[in-house]
Amino acid sequence: MRMKKHSHLHLPSAPARPGEAPDFSYVALSPAGAVARPDINARARDIGSLSVELVRVLDDAGEAVGPWHPHLDPAELQIGLRHMLLTRLYDERMQRNQRAGKISFYIRSLGEEAVSVAQCMALRPGDMLFPSYRNQGLHIARGIPLLDLMCQLLSNTRDMCKGRQLPVMYHSKAGNIFSISGNLATQFPQAVGWAMAAAIKGEDHLAASWIGEGSSAEADFHHALLFASVYQAPVILNVVNNQWAISTFQGYAGGEQRSFAARGPGYGIAGIRVDGNDFLAVYAVTQWAAERARTAAGPTLIELVTYRGAAHSTSDDPARYRAKDDHEHWPLGDPIQRLKQHLIKLGEWSEARHQALTTELEALVISSWKEASTFGTMTEGPKLNADLMFEDVFKEMPKNLRKQRELMRAETSRPGAPRAGGK
Amino acid sequence: MANMNMIQALNSAMDIMLKKHPSVVIMGEDIGYFGGVFRATEGLQRKYGEHRVLDTPIAEGGIIATAIGMSVNGLRPVAEIQFADYIYPGFDQICSELARIRYRTAGDFCAPVTIRTPCGGGIRGGQTHSQSPEGIFTHVSGIKVVMPSNPYDAKGLLITAIEDDDPVVFFEPKRLYNGPFDGDPTKPAVPWNAHPKGQVDEGYYTVPLGKADIVRTGSEVTIITYGTMVFVAAAAAAAMNLDAEIIDLRSLVPLDVDTICTSVRKTGRCVVAHEATRFSGFGAELLSIVQEECFWDLEAPIQRVTGWDTPYPHAFEWEYFPGQARVSMALKTVMEPA
Repeated sequence: MRMKKHSHLHLPSAPARPGEAPDFSYVALSPAGAVARPDINARARDIGSLSVELVRVLDDAGEAVGPWHPHLDPAELQIGLRHMLLTRLYDERMQRNQRAGKISFYIRSLGEEAVSVAQCMALRPGDMLFPSYRNQGLHIARGIPLLDLMCQLLSNTRDMCKGRQLPVMYHSKAGNIFSISGNLATQFPQAVGWAMAAAIKGEDHLAASWIGEGSSAEADFHHALLFASVYQAPVILNVVNNQWAISTFQGYAGGEQRSFAARGPGYGIAGIRVDGNDFLAVYAVTQWAAERARTAAGPTLIELVTYRGAAHSTSDDPARYRAKDDHEHWPLGDPIQRLKQHLIKLGEWSEARHQALTTELEALVISSWKEASTFGTMTEGPKLNADLMFEDVFKEMPKNLRKQRELMRAETSRPGAPRAGGK
Repeated sequence: MANMNMIQALNSAMDIMLKKHPSVVIMGEDIGYFGGVFRATEGLQRKYGEHRVLDTPIAEGGIIATAIGMSVNGLRPVAEIQFADYIYPGFDQICSELARIRYRTAGDFCAPVTIRTPCGGGIRGGQTHSQSPEGIFTHVSGIKVVMPSNPYDAKGLLITAIEDDDPVVFFEPKRLYNGPFDGDPTKPAVPWNAHPKGQVDEGYYTVPLGKADIVRTGSEVTIITYGTMVFVAAAAAAAMNLDAEIIDLRSLVPLDVDTICTSVRKTGRCVVAHEATRFSGFGAELLSIVQEECFWDLEAPIQRVTGWDTPYPHAFEWEYFPGQARVSMALKTVMEPA
């Protein structure tokens, strides 16, 4: 290395901006099947290499190879494929609905479907999930009806959040899926607290949380790792490294010098880097981490290496900051295509069955949307009562809020007021 | 009944809660093995075990965030933030998370966390061990804010706070831990055992949130205050031979507007006093409420006694502290408006 004669401010730069050729040479890859699978009781300090290598099971030909091969039943793989495909079709339709002015905002998870779906399937229903906003696959894999999700997007009379949250900030009490904040990273240390409580109560459940590589820069990420390490909480902490935080390249979250998984060993936590677009690898790594958590072998930090195929949200235009055909050149391919190819190779799937499934799921999305719309849309049908604004601030409504509710009622019933007439 | 200082009363409240509710856990910096820098949790870890009385890393944001996660999983954490001045690293978790979990999930999830934290000056703590940030938290929808002024209330209010299904930030005026304080640092310290509110029931009892205490009934002027200033205001009024009605709010959210207004309508004069800085302080809210509700009953403009709008300086503590002289000036003005 050339010695510099003065101090120098290093400014991370994205490998490809608009007009430039995509360049993913910075992504460290391991061949499928090449990474060893340590015993679940291995100490974090002895398995540091997992945070540098990349666990992959599916090779380029669609064969499952190596020690991480989870040997799942083909029926299970077909369920995984179904959940991923449903997630993508749901995303596509909701994106179009946003463009048509039917919902105010949407966030797609294009290209990242294996993260949520495979991870959720590797966990148990009693495990508590603390998602970020690009984890709709968790809801789908947990069997939450699309109707529930769509009503939330519409803020309609059947909205689980009673109109208080931006679209996609779902939760499911029955499904053990915690509320999405909208403030980044806050859920990460909360998940650790939930897991600590499970351990204090002597329960067998674990908590899992998801964060983007961009928001891993927040202090909450470090609080989560610290508390998880100190108390060896039964928690799985997942960094979804999709390379982009809106326009900010992962280098600005500190991804240039070390992998995100390598934050784990720094805190004495097992850190493991996995091909996030490889359903089998994601499943196997999550299963390994879950077993560690359940047997008091400690928490795990998983970095899921993937690519954000779509815009950050419907308010974003990635053509302004990244190479146009970046996604097509992503070296880890597409999670749905790869699992499909594998199933076909196994003789457990076909193009015809795939087409039939697509048609079935598209119909499900359309019929669910129709049903959701009967509970009210932004322009038509029943509307939530604005009185709801004052509920749930506290368990019991205090006097000042009751008074303000009266004032609001008087204001909105005045002639000429917007939405006058109690619509 | 037993003689207790405020520390012992708080300790008794947590002891009773740990015994009564298996879901209660206590957590914070130095609070376990050591028993807390102010000794509020002394003996609790020995009695209830390390799983229920947890020492934590020095990371207030992490303490509050994990407490939230625990509460979502059915526990009732009581988190100590060692000084109110240290609470800010946890501010986002309090304002954006703790305060809103019930709201944003339409009641599906809630976070019954109690945050205890010593506040206020008069202990030579300088600008990072003396602040009174209660007004920052009363401005946030969805959290309750409490500040007791004596051992009896401290215990009853803390039990209520812990059993409350909503989050509570519980400020403890640390100058009052060992005895009432009338604002005169040259006088010898007075212990709680000479004060009726230092007589504390050893068993379970509650003091409700949202119910102010009329510390002294009077007819000439209403002094609305809380925390350390309860004693400073009482001493100042007594020195002036004023028949003052002194209201100790005890809880700021929810606020006992009825008691405030009934009193001001009766006396026609009002002074608001707190130790915190003046501009946008909680006193401004009290002034507004009195003005809105009692304007036609007022004989004089409402007066406000506060700390100065500076950080709390180490070397000029008593010039900063709103002592009897500042209260007396306000009382004089409200009794004889120019």
